[in-house]
Amino acid sequence: MQLLFIDRSRALRGAFSTVLCVTSLWAAFAGAGCNKSSASTSSDPAASKTDKAAPASTERSTEATSTDVMTPPGVEKSTLKAADYPTAKVMTTGLKVDDDSVTVGILHSTTGTMAISETGSVQAEKLAIAQINALGGILGRQIKVIQEDGASDWPTFAEKARKLLVNDKVAAVMGCWTSASRKAVLPVFEKENGLLYYPTFYEGLEQSKNVFYTGQEATQQILASLDWVHKEKGAKSFYLIGSDYIWPRTSMKIARKHIENVLHGTVVGEEFAPLGNTQFGSIINKIKLKKPDVIFAAVVGGSNVAWFKQLNAAGVTSANQTLLTISVTEDEVLGIGGENLTGFFSSMKYFQSLDNANNKAFVEAFKKMWGPKSVIGDVTQAAYLGPWIWRAAVEKAGSFDVDKVVAASPDIEIKIAPEGYVKVHANHHLWSKARIGKAKADGQFEVVHESDLIEPNPFPKGYQ
Amino acid sequence: MSLNEVGSMIAMQGFSGLSLFTVLLLMALGLAIIFGQMGVINMAHGEFMAIGAYVVYLFSQLTQNYAPGLREVYFVPAVVAAFFVAGAVGYVVEMLLIRRLYKRPLDTLLATWGLSLAMQQFFRSFINPKEVSAELPEWLLGAFNPTPSIQVPRNGIFVMGLTILVSAGVYLLMLKSRWGIRIRATTQNRVMSSAVGINTDRVDRFTFALGCGIAGLAGAAFTTIGSTGPTSGSLYIVDTFLVVVFGGAANLIGTIASAFSIAQAQSLLEFFLTSAMAKVLTLMTIIVILMIRPQGLFTNKLRT
Repeated sequence: MQLLFIDRSRALRGAFSTVLCVTSLWAAFAGAGCNKSSASTSSDPAASKTDKAAPASTERSTEATSTDVMTPPGVEKSTLKAADYPTAKVMTTGLKVDDDSVTVGILHSTTGTMAISETGSVQAEKLAIAQINALGGILGRQIKVIQEDGASDWPTFAEKARKLLVNDKVAAVMGCWTSASRKAVLPVFEKENGLLYYPTFYEGLEQSKNVFYTGQEATQQILASLDWVHKEKGAKSFYLIGSDYIWPRTSMKIARKHIENVLHGTVVGEEFAPLGNTQFGSIINKIKLKKPDVIFAAVVGGSNVAWFKQLNAAGVTSANQTLLTISVTEDEVLGIGGENLTGFFSSMKYFQSLDNANNKAFVEAFKKMWGPKSVIGDVTQAAYLGPWIWRAAVEKAGSFDVDKVVAASPDIEIKIAPEGYVKVHANHHLWSKARIGKAKADGQFEVVHESDLIEPNPFPKGYQ
Repeated sequence: MSLNEVGSMIAMQGFSGLSLFTVLLLMALGLAIIFGQMGVINMAHGEFMAIGAYVVYLFSQLTQNYAPGLREVYFVPAVVAAFFVAGAVGYVVEMLLIRRLYKRPLDTLLATWGLSLAMQQFFRSFINPKEVSAELPEWLLGAFNPTPSIQVPRNGIFVMGLTILVSAGVYLLMLKSRWGIRIRATTQNRVMSSAVGINTDRVDRFTFALGCGIAGLAGAAFTTIGSTGPTSGSLYIVDTFLVVVFGGAANLIGTIASAFSIAQAQSLLEFFLTSAMAKVLTLMTIIVILMIRPQGLFTNKLRT
């Protein structure tokens, strides 16, 4: 009996090990292919620790908070009266609009892996909605919020999107974070003719009538920063490194074309590390061997921390190497540690340290609502724009109907944007500036360069 | 490129291979005891590493808030504490869960997998859903320069030293001490061991706790390399099992040889190819070798 047991357990080990190898092999291949798992998971961060956003709750009205919320300076209280816009006229498609309220949905992950990243977006959207309500609402109507939890699971996102559009009849949805979740809800929004405001910077190559993209698409983030580093630092040779999934791969493809065809520089190496990789020793040695003028990086999540710690440990610092990253916002710095980043450059459209009146008011209002320790990254700011763009479009259209809102959206300007000024393009992306921030030891960035307004171009010719 | 530079590059690349080897070995040592000696498939092994890492983080937070002057020295007691905390949790887990399942090895797999999910959620809910990093003392940061062109990361040297210490300890304990004999006797023939007066329950419990404690040590050491999050453990678990299984589950020398060959293959291939291809080639080779030798590289000769 005892012998039998030993044999069995040995056989078991054999079988187990084979399964193990095959699984991990599959994981390695999946990475090399098109792992869409979390496009622009640029973070395992976002969101402040003082998260008051109720988890997974539905039917939460933000009216209660609207009385003591700080509103952006220079925005007059809306004088539009609901009586001048009778419900029968402003809504003809069965949306949830009545004489004194309109309902919108918020669809982010408040549980699971992505919760940490998406919480900041939820907070920013709630702040914007509370401010709009305090300023008299939209067409004289207060905004009510139904929040749903995508639970970091893409099919759940699709199901909740359907629930929001079909059962709740919301007039618009602010939501999604990863490209994977956006791709999952896209068919639902197109079929039910809903309206989605999507905040994350992403890889581009998408445009839908039913979606507005309030973050940067790839060319806006990449081209201007490469031009800058080429001109400012005289960079000729580049080493590209990213995590292995769709966003870094698409971004690096665009970067390579731009470096080779426009800047006439050389790409001396291109490397994609599996998601979650924590060993960068050999890659760092390769980089030392190639001595690139610039390391151009899009490493995400936990790998990001290991990557910067090991760079530092291997003696690669801003004193002897220029590094430009497109995946580090203030949120990421918390995990990486400011001392490992000091002097490196990050390309984003927004930094918390931006010195303008809009941003000061935004940061103050955000901290008042969500706690003084809040850190605001690029995506959080982009999420804040969603409700404002929707409000402007609805008031311009004089209607909540999706078709009319969409038709009224191009050329809408948001002058109170914390990033300065944005304008909606006919392709549903935003005109925005690209900025280069230099990391400081305290976790904030010093803005060293600001581009002109860049036209969004989700399908760049010559870059595919 | 000058000859000198080639020399430095070979030295640094050699070190990064050795560094990966010690990381893999440190991860695998705890499991070599639990899985290799006791035959328990512990899917929660990665989470025990995370416990160790969180203990260091906790110490770092406490030092920062209450005794900033101790920043240079807190790390050593933190690592020791990581060993004992993870070991204590392992002790309790064995008592409540594992010992009921020694006769049902497949069920342990499910039970410990459930345990790992529960522990991950615990970290997420009660510690921090974000990735955290411990504030490291100055002497662990940066690089050590034997010559101007060679940079050897200090954290790598630290992990290496710790691994040598732990391996030596485990070796002595398992193969040279009376306790090691009792452990091996219990695994080989529980009934007979019990009959000759070995308290097998006690042996099991301490062995499991020891394995978990070593996992905690490994986790503590890894705070010098990367960050710690609720799911960090699951990143390590596959590599850990791979090393133990490939080496021949019940053999300590096998574990060392297997960690060494996997690390060198991985790091060399990564230098000459891309990292995804390096992983693919390494795993393919392992599969082929395991098909030929399902028992792994080394086996203990058993008279059956």
